[in-house]
Amino acid sequence: MSEGMVLEGNAWRYGRDIDTDVIIPARYLTATTPEELGPHCLEDLDPEFANKVQPGDIIVAEENFGSGSSREHAPLAIKGCGVSCVIASSFARIFYRNSINVGLPILECPQAVKDVETGHRLRVDLEAGTVENLTTGNKFQAQPFPDFMREIISRGGLVEYVRERLRESKAGGA
Amino acid sequence: MGQTLTEKILAAHAGREEVHPGELLNVKVDLALANDVTAPLAIEAFRSMGAERVFHPGKVVLVPDHFTPARDIAAARNCALLREFAREQGLEFYYEVGRVGIEHVLLPEQGLVLPGDLVVGADSHTCTYGALGAFSTGVGSTDLAMAMALGEVWLRVPESMLFEYVGELPRWIGGKDLILHTIGRIGVDGARYRAMEFTGPVVDALSMDSRFTMANMAVEAGAKNGIFRADEKTRAWLEGRARRSFQFLESDPDARYAEKITVDVSKLEPQVALPHLPSNVRPVSEVGTVEVDQVVIGSCTNGRLEDMEIAASVLRGRKVHPRVRAMVFPGSQAVLLEMVRRGWMEVFLEAGAAVSTPTCGPCLGGHMGVLAEGERAVATTNRNFVGRMGHPGSEVYLSGPAVAAASAVAGRIVHPEEVAG
Repeated sequence: MSEGMVLEGNAWRYGRDIDTDVIIPARYLTATTPEELGPHCLEDLDPEFANKVQPGDIIVAEENFGSGSSREHAPLAIKGCGVSCVIASSFARIFYRNSINVGLPILECPQAVKDVETGHRLRVDLEAGTVENLTTGNKFQAQPFPDFMREIISRGGLVEYVRERLRESKAGGA
Repeated sequence: MGQTLTEKILAAHAGREEVHPGELLNVKVDLALANDVTAPLAIEAFRSMGAERVFHPGKVVLVPDHFTPARDIAAARNCALLREFAREQGLEFYYEVGRVGIEHVLLPEQGLVLPGDLVVGADSHTCTYGALGAFSTGVGSTDLAMAMALGEVWLRVPESMLFEYVGELPRWIGGKDLILHTIGRIGVDGARYRAMEFTGPVVDALSMDSRFTMANMAVEAGAKNGIFRADEKTRAWLEGRARRSFQFLESDPDARYAEKITVDVSKLEPQVALPHLPSNVRPVSEVGTVEVDQVVIGSCTNGRLEDMEIAASVLRGRKVHPRVRAMVFPGSQAVLLEMVRRGWMEVFLEAGAAVSTPTCGPCLGGHMGVLAEGERAVATTNRNFVGRMGHPGSEVYLSGPAVAAASAVAGRIVHPEEVAG
């Protein structure tokens, strides 16, 4: 995820324990690209979602978002259907890592989640870590990322981080 | 200050004397694992990283077990990707259909995971190997690609929770009942980002197979890992299997825990998790009348020898209910072969159950037993989320092998003593 970005979109509000099986059901896991996975995102929870979601929209959910399987197809499916960001009260750990690694912006902000309903207009400043509900007029501060994760994010994701490490070790070993 | 078992393993792999919860570390991995669902993305990320060779051809393991034998052309293509990568990189441990097992049953059996190891796998149930006194955790494909390329991953040191199981284990109760009960008690995020350390006299007396079942489901409480202290049972189990030397570690008496929970098992009934969360747990007597269409016995959770033995003991001389489809999924070729040698294949076939080659199959609604709308299954698997085994309008009840086998005979969810006395 790139920093300094300000995102704006409509909220899709869901409950707690949204697991990776409902984010992208296993029957679609032979596909690997966001384009193939996106149309099936959240299909078993909300069959309307993938059809109605607009580019830039934001998923807002309660505790433990992304629980269950390690499938990276879950954040890829969310990206693939045009969602710009996920805000949750808390995230399951593998989903959290995967999102950072594949560049899906995520923010942990329980106060904002309480304030948001489906259809609210939200503005998210990723650099400042703020969530502004333009419908209610309330503004919230999300949990900051630890420094090490900021480094991965600022290098453009884990792939880029490792690429640089490999380049350094090749240069050092030559 | 004392260290927990989890902290000691992480410290050893970070080249540190000690580590503290909350710290972010780069740690060396002893083994990196992926399967036919997660490896294609990991291989793609590996190439995007500019990596050419895996860090060690004996420490990267690929197991095509999810949609195998290939369920369709797309699955066959993904398996071909794994096969070609394994050949190109000269991987020492790649398992083809006919030799393959369900990854978390297979790897310990093959002696690839040992006490004190640090293992990452692109599969959430990688936490299974904590039964051997290893630190093991699930990661995504890109993390796994980093492990394949550098032999390292970054991890946050988890806080540990101590679970102590005390009392007298009643008949019919096994590892699955203990872990379901525990998840029911703390919830699906009750151990989120934490280590679950399982201890106590009940656990000391528990079989290795039951310990694998418990560690396997730590992720269903949100945990990073589940872990047991390796003991003489571990040593005996590893005899003839271990391919390397290993060391036994244990938590210091003054180690710090975020929480300590004691579970008295003396009055525990067989446990069942109702749809649609593994934490929605009740004793079997409180489940009510629940008729089932399908029974699944197997998976990375309960596909080991002990599970097959329990299921066979309940089904011996009995018939699967006419309305029910019962399916048995042994976790590996070795388990399957042992089922033949011990006469359990005959028991299952005579009872009217189907027996499959090892595969993850129906557990994740992949193939080999997908549910239709309105259908209901009792399964010894690990997740009962909406749509997990098929149609979003189907239902999965989770149990141990005794309840599952008895329910296959009764046609509804029952206490095993109702069928097997």
